[in-house]
Amino acid sequence: MSRRIIGPFNRVEGDLEVQLDIEDGQVNDAWVVSPMYRGFEQMLHGKNPTDAMTYVPRICGICSVAQSVAAAYAIADAQGIQMPKNGELATNLILANENLADHLTHFYMFFMPDFTRDVYQNEPWFDTMKTRFYPVKGTAAKDMLPARAQFMHMMGMLAGKWPHTLSIQPGGTSRAITAVEKVRLLGILYQFRSFLENTLFGDKLEHIANLSSSKDLQAWVMQNEHRQSDFGAFLTIADSLNLAAMGNATDHFMSFGVYPVAGKKLFDAGVWQDGIASPLQPETIKEDVSHSWMKNGSEPKHPREGVTIPDPDMKDGYTWCKAPRLGGDVVEVGALARQLVNGHPLIQSLVAESGGNVRNRIVARLLELALVVVEMEKWVKEVQPDEPFYHLTSMPDEAEGAGMMEAARGSLGHWLQVKNGRILNYQIIAPTTWNFAPRDIHGQLGALEQALLGAPVREGEDTPVSVQHIVRSFDPCMVCTVH
Amino acid sequence: MSDPLNLLWLQSGGCGGCTMSLLNAESPDVLGCLDMAGINLLWHPSLSLETGLQVTNILNDIAAGKIKLDILCLEGSVIRGPNNTGKFHMLAGTGEPMMHWVERLSAQAEYVVAVGTCAAYGGITAAGGNPSDACGMQYDGEKKGGLLGADFRSKVNMPVVNIAGCPTHPNWVTDTLAEIALGDFSEANMDSLGRPRSYADQLVHHGCTRNEFYEFKASAEKPSDLGCMMEHMGCVGTQAHADCNTRLWNGEGSCIRGGYACINCTAPGFEEPGHNFTQTPKIAGIPVGLPTDMPKAWFVALASLSKAATPERLKKNAVADHIEVAPSIHLKNKR
Repeated sequence: MSRRIIGPFNRVEGDLEVQLDIEDGQVNDAWVVSPMYRGFEQMLHGKNPTDAMTYVPRICGICSVAQSVAAAYAIADAQGIQMPKNGELATNLILANENLADHLTHFYMFFMPDFTRDVYQNEPWFDTMKTRFYPVKGTAAKDMLPARAQFMHMMGMLAGKWPHTLSIQPGGTSRAITAVEKVRLLGILYQFRSFLENTLFGDKLEHIANLSSSKDLQAWVMQNEHRQSDFGAFLTIADSLNLAAMGNATDHFMSFGVYPVAGKKLFDAGVWQDGIASPLQPETIKEDVSHSWMKNGSEPKHPREGVTIPDPDMKDGYTWCKAPRLGGDVVEVGALARQLVNGHPLIQSLVAESGGNVRNRIVARLLELALVVVEMEKWVKEVQPDEPFYHLTSMPDEAEGAGMMEAARGSLGHWLQVKNGRILNYQIIAPTTWNFAPRDIHGQLGALEQALLGAPVREGEDTPVSVQHIVRSFDPCMVCTVH
Repeated sequence: MSDPLNLLWLQSGGCGGCTMSLLNAESPDVLGCLDMAGINLLWHPSLSLETGLQVTNILNDIAAGKIKLDILCLEGSVIRGPNNTGKFHMLAGTGEPMMHWVERLSAQAEYVVAVGTCAAYGGITAAGGNPSDACGMQYDGEKKGGLLGADFRSKVNMPVVNIAGCPTHPNWVTDTLAEIALGDFSEANMDSLGRPRSYADQLVHHGCTRNEFYEFKASAEKPSDLGCMMEHMGCVGTQAHADCNTRLWNGEGSCIRGGYACINCTAPGFEEPGHNFTQTPKIAGIPVGLPTDMPKAWFVALASLSKAATPERLKKNAVADHIEVAPSIHLKNKR
């Protein structure tokens, strides 16, 4: 048995290496490596707290708004203020715009192209998939990119530009929405809805949102007009390759909740395990660095007290990623976790049948496209152009705050401490830090490391295609992971 | 029909945001643009099928001169740390620092293109104490040098092309690549910091929708106010080289239209302005960073004059988040 090193691992955001032990045609052990470190937490030390709003979106070009929102919440928490309702609505619209564009990019450009690999050339669906999803040349990207770009005109209007906006602020947004802009926003949403309904789903968004069990989903895909859609094509492939039996991790899920409007979140925070939902206990979050290239010193620490001191020569280290744990447990985060925690019946039914796996992660992401666009239409209508979008705020010299929310890929938290008007400590745990964490001091494997165990390896494969499906089913964002 | 140009795209110490921005290109989209320009993508980390060994084979073949490399694009800064080992960014699967790969591949390239301010000058990755010792391809901040050295020339005798911006506008990239493919791009098309003059010969101030407020120094005081953001909010659009207000972002945006200051993200060193990004530093009440092409005394004199003449409408609207006072209507034939 020898260790096989796979990289560069592409069509994920950022840099990833996966190391595998392979035996008897399957993965026997796995190590997940984040090979790039920049050190944003170190950069922020000593800065004026409001400057974090300029730096943190630049942690990541694919979830830059999510980083802004987490920072805005953390600073608002430290300041003890709340956005006006218009500010919340505009922030939600900007965040949803990014999250949904991410789900779309992931499905069309990162995940589906793997089914055009020669290894599948004898499958009945191969030729169709190759025409549709082959990278750069396929028809799917040519349909999706203009739809995505037009959907992101919402960013142009509400955020100035994407990525790296400064419109999102602790006190609200810097860009008020006028009455006539409500009409234009609805126009953008109408056009995006048309793309989703005509091309991705072949069905009304409301019908997708109302699918309530795995039986429902099976019946849905049996209808010819649904099977012809891109979602239908995915479900057909998922069935033929049994993607529901691939990539099972801990089946312990967590969500921080997201999209608040006047004190209520659209998707609730919580934890889900063995069919039982329970409340999130943020105090039990700790980061372990026993297998990271980080000076560790002592016990795992809550991010409020966490430190980040890189050391590439650390004994036992094999990645720049820390290992966050919830009450000592490995948890999985992402769209699947979010919808499970929030109690969507289709997702609960799928997970009850087959747990967290490649198919179910994709279904949850696409389901969110349907759920959230419908909600965005409501948010636009709720905007009151004559009411404020921003409350003036000021930073106390000594304060601390936490900003916990959901990015496309799952739970994102920022923890901030201010002393003498400057940032004393700033710690971040990103979604992929949870999913792609290394082992901890007790030897527990991270979520992806667990998900890779047992992945089938075909004769003669250098980079097993099953491993690629599993890795990409998490839609990892490696630049966020280690920031 | 000439042979297609081979393009290799690599990412190092950045956020991937310039690629994400590139996916926003319209008429045509980025894939259409490459097709139009006759550019063949050898490999791109976000777009290509090849993973793992397939990729390292491509890279080795380029380095060995077996595959011709017409354009090398690097996105993200070069990571040299710690202690010049490059260990903060090892290229996955190769056990080698990315900076060595970038050096090796640059030597084979007809054109070397730094995409984004990180790759050009170091950018945000070099902020704070620069924990990863990041620099640009041919610059380290304002200083020439960087990874490749001040005297570096690519195979067609060109310095590194710096498509600076944080992120870059998608069309800054697609236009420059298409100009290179057409054979229309030379050193004369670059400014003294290596940026394509097609966008860098302009100022963000040009086409700013807040120009009337600027003329009368009717200033915004807090985020969401409509007034000019130069006096209090840290805006340096009058000094920043880019066409953001004439070539808009995401269909219709710009930082200023989004309600926040221009922070001059196309310039080396923008990551450490020496003051809060969104507050204008002042001496004796006068902003320190005034428009570059104007004598300071004249600016101050004109500003105080125009401030005295500010119409009531602009004064009120400058500190509101929507138009409170509309321009007055003059009827020609009063009865």
